Amino acid sequence: MVQRIGRDAAAALLALAVTSGGCHRQDERSPVSVIGSTSIQPFAELLAQEYEKKHPDRKVDVQGGGSTAGLQAVASGLADIGMCSRELSPEEAREFNAVTIARDGLAVVVNHANPVDSLSLEQIRGIFSGRIRRWKEVGGTDEPIRVITREESSGTRDCFVHLVMRDEKISREALVQESSGAVKELVQGNPGAIGYISLGLVGKELKAVRVDGVEPTPEKVLAGQYKLVRPLLFVTKGPAAPKAKDFIDFVLLPESQQALEAEGLIRAR
Amino acid sequence: MKQDRIISAILMGLALSAILGLSLIAVFVFKEGVPIVLRIGARDFLLSAEWNPKEGLFGIRSMIVGSAMVTLGAMLIGGTFSLGLALVLTQFAPPRLTHVLKPVIELLAGIPSVVYGFVGVQTLVPFIREHLGGPGLSVLAASIVLGIMVLPTITSISVDALQAVPRSYWEGSIALGATRWQTAHRVMLRAARSGIIAAVILGMGRAVGETMAVIMVGGNTLAVPRGPLDPVRTLTANIALEMGYATGAHREALFATGVTLFVFIMILNTVALAVSRRRSSGAAFR
Repeated sequence: MVQRIGRDAAAALLALAVTSGGCHRQDERSPVSVIGSTSIQPFAELLAQEYEKKHPDRKVDVQGGGSTAGLQAVASGLADIGMCSRELSPEEAREFNAVTIARDGLAVVVNHANPVDSLSLEQIRGIFSGRIRRWKEVGGTDEPIRVITREESSGTRDCFVHLVMRDEKISREALVQESSGAVKELVQGNPGAIGYISLGLVGKELKAVRVDGVEPTPEKVLAGQYKLVRPLLFVTKGPAAPKAKDFIDFVLLPESQQALEAEGLIRAR
Repeated sequence: MKQDRIISAILMGLALSAILGLSLIAVFVFKEGVPIVLRIGARDFLLSAEWNPKEGLFGIRSMIVGSAMVTLGAMLIGGTFSLGLALVLTQFAPPRLTHVLKPVIELLAGIPSVVYGFVGVQTLVPFIREHLGGPGLSVLAASIVLGIMVLPTITSISVDALQAVPRSYWEGSIALGATRWQTAHRVMLRAARSGIIAAVILGMGRAVGETMAVIMVGGNTLAVPRGPLDPVRTLTANIALEMGYATGAHREALFATGVTLFVFIMILNTVALAVSRRRSSGAAFR
């Protein structure tokens, strides 16, 4: 009896090995590999699930690693699609084909206990560059400002630098955190803290300030009034291969776009 | 006989493979890291506090100062507690309690560092921010977390060193009319001194090399920390934060950071080894 179970299990394993090996043999049926920005990753995973539900014969593998790593993976042929949560540089734009799958607002967040709820772009730049050091200077309490930024490889940081800092540098005294979650955690716990995260991640625990008087909401982004917006890109090297194109087309379908909006993103067009 | 020789040859091969592994790592790290130090000059690399990879500025003074401060703090906190614990366990606690306590302390070594970091972020960091000031993420927070992490290393090696002191030393001291405390700190601690120093240095090695927990509670700023409440970026944190995406000169500079760390730890371990050799040659008790 025990022997028979053992034999059956072995047979099942063998069958599994043969069939999964078979998948790799035909290129069209191998999984679409999607690698890159950790900001896009959760949304891409969600869409991949939906896609696999609709097309049970296809598979999409989503991996993180960061925007730049995603581009490198596409360039080396390791990935079919790269995820990039920032604008491409001119050289990159020449090398890759990019499709905007959605847009994401960038929110400047403070603690709920902080009386400041509106800042100008110039003030935000001053705070992050270290020129403005106390909340009093921007209409708040007489407390030191604790600036929180992301690590240098972060796509979110890259966007923040492009959209807000321009030529100025983020202060050396800024605290560096490795994830949006860690930034949230710190701002939530510290009344003097200020940080930046994706608009879709703000939630109830934090306060997103008005920037130049405009509220950070998806509506204001769509109306073109809220300026801190970044594109979320799917990048391919040259024209997309058929299986990759099929997934990209699926992501651009109205129902997929709605699913992204429900998650806090802003639709591509 | 022949079998013995075969087995000993195999074991010797395995032992040598550890050395091979070490030398491969050393060669690789040095090969990747040394050229950039030569290019920008060791002085600029080690003494400049400007770290800005995008503009080609690679100075690791803040990280060196940061690592040194955090390690020193961890040694003050962890070393004091460990030494106290080792004394209690060997000189004062009833043997049965020692049998329970020692394994429990050694169990601390099995907790993953990310757990230490998480507990630190959740409890220690808010406490420091609210009661002592500063951003909470600080040299102090990192020192306390590391102090707890090195506790098992230092304690268990110190306990071994204290237990290795001949019983006759203790008996002689007591017979001369010394109290237990006098015996403990004037005789036993001195006799075990070199073993304890080796324990502290090994603990130091662990503290210098720790990464995850320090990233979580240190704050990782680029500024040179000026006090225990300032945030800090250590050498290890610098490598771990930026390794994932660094290319070209930036990547080399991170390897050079690794070389600095490597040299530092080699020095510590060599000193530890030298000190413990001195102990076994019997020159400890003067």
